Amino acid sequence: MAGLNDLYQEILLEHNSKPHNFRSMEDATQSAEGFNPLCGDMITVFLQVADGVINDVSFQGSGCAISRASASMMTQSVKGKSTSEAEETFEAFRLMMTDLDAELDYDTLGDLESLSGVVEFPTRIKCAVLAWHTLRAAMDGQDDAVTTE
Amino acid sequence: MDFDVAKVKEDFPILNQTVNGHPLVYLDNAATSQKPQSVIDALVGYYSSDNSNVHRGVHTLSQRATDHYEEARSKIRRFINADDDREIIYVRGTTEGINLVAQTYGRENIQEGDEIIISTMEHHSNIVPWQMLCQERGAILKVAPIDDSGELLLDEYEALITSRTKLVSMVHVSNALGSIIPAKRVVEIAHAHGVPVLLDGAQAVAHAKVDVQDLDCDFYVFSGHKLYGPTGIGILYGKADLLEAMPPYQGGGEMIRSVTFEKTLYNVLPHKFEAGTPNIAGSIGLGAAVDYVDALGMERIGAYESGLLEYGTELLSRISSLKIIGTAQEKSGILSFVMDGIHPHDIGTILDAEGIAIRTGHHCAQPLMDRFGIPATARASLAFYNTKEDLDALAKAIDRVIEVFS
Repeated sequence: MAGLNDLYQEILLEHNSKPHNFRSMEDATQSAEGFNPLCGDMITVFLQVADGVINDVSFQGSGCAISRASASMMTQSVKGKSTSEAEETFEAFRLMMTDLDAELDYDTLGDLESLSGVVEFPTRIKCAVLAWHTLRAAMDGQDDAVTTE
Repeated sequence: MDFDVAKVKEDFPILNQTVNGHPLVYLDNAATSQKPQSVIDALVGYYSSDNSNVHRGVHTLSQRATDHYEEARSKIRRFINADDDREIIYVRGTTEGINLVAQTYGRENIQEGDEIIISTMEHHSNIVPWQMLCQERGAILKVAPIDDSGELLLDEYEALITSRTKLVSMVHVSNALGSIIPAKRVVEIAHAHGVPVLLDGAQAVAHAKVDVQDLDCDFYVFSGHKLYGPTGIGILYGKADLLEAMPPYQGGGEMIRSVTFEKTLYNVLPHKFEAGTPNIAGSIGLGAAVDYVDALGMERIGAYESGLLEYGTELLSRISSLKIIGTAQEKSGILSFVMDGIHPHDIGTILDAEGIAIRTGHHCAQPLMDRFGIPATARASLAFYNTKEDLDALAKAIDRVIEVFS
């Protein structure tokens, strides 16, 4: 089993204690809610999209350190990107979360790579991807809340 | 007499292993308990020697299987001191037991505008079946409140009862807080208004002596797997006159006396509620589990676990950034807690890395979490095979949690 230090890296703990873009957004063009029914984690992702570009992104909700840090890093990562670039980043992130041997696209991932330790803790992968699924639902303009189940 | 926990522990083969390089410390007993060798042997013995369908065949194996299956029912009847084997219905578990009552007694007796009373501390399995019934019938679900320590407020509960109240369904021991409700008083109050009571005993039967005649409850439900027995088997106890008057739950084999295409006559109790081939092995396994705890003695088990709870409460109370949720005077062996700035799931993961199994989350009691204004707790739940050393390991691992997050 990978060490706890691989999971709870300093950068993750920083994002947990001081999450970026952790706020509601009054002028959001779209938003979506996500739940993890097994643990009760919930998140709302807000987006301001114009001409296919994510001009602003924020989130609110409650969850564990992994889900919170992942959401915080996600907002940093996709802000200013086009929605299709954000999709590509999600794909790169998901590959990192599901395939131990995957060749990682470090350029696309940036800070997100610090979450790579989560793959060793299968029960926590859902915590890390909840924000991303919710982002996708917000980009798609999906009305129903997404769940990890 | 002293409780020889080291010897008791040897009866549970699963406990003798390491997890993530540490000796396993199993503190998730409220989710499911481990099984003594005698229960495992009963399952293996049944499938190795006696496996056959019950109440069907004239052959020897079928007779043996039926005998063991019905002997287990008698053991369980004695264990909860019911009056009659006919009052012991085999079900899949607590959840199915509650759904059975909702779908039979409930549909027969609950009409538009009627009321059902539960408490704030219910597990989802004692909320949702009643919500479904209320929705179908246009009935009203009322919730008896608790105080900040997790004690049921008896006066407020009594004040909820009206002439439209048709059933009280309440948890005997809270799975998330450990609170033991004054069940006998709850029943007395309801009966004074002519209202029957169902008690959810999932967290109660394994930790204290339950006497359904003394409680005078009308229904009592519990799961085998939290009582050191197999999964997929549980018990619905009901007073015979109530069960007699209730329509069947599921239709099929076993629950009939005779069938024509025009009309079916139902079987007698308990078989009326046991359609289809039952969980024979599970029933026999549960009988073996009852034998096991009976031999240890429920009073001794209760006394030993109280000592452990006191020790664990004292240890955790010393950690300043930790807060215990659920501090009722009458409490079973459950230590639910939250920590400043650290989510329960992170606590659970770090404890697991130290070989310690606890439950984290809302414990299928989301309205209760809302009552305390928290999304989740970390919960260590005790059994009689746990030791003070297990709790020392828990406290030490919590120090590690604080260290990781500092």
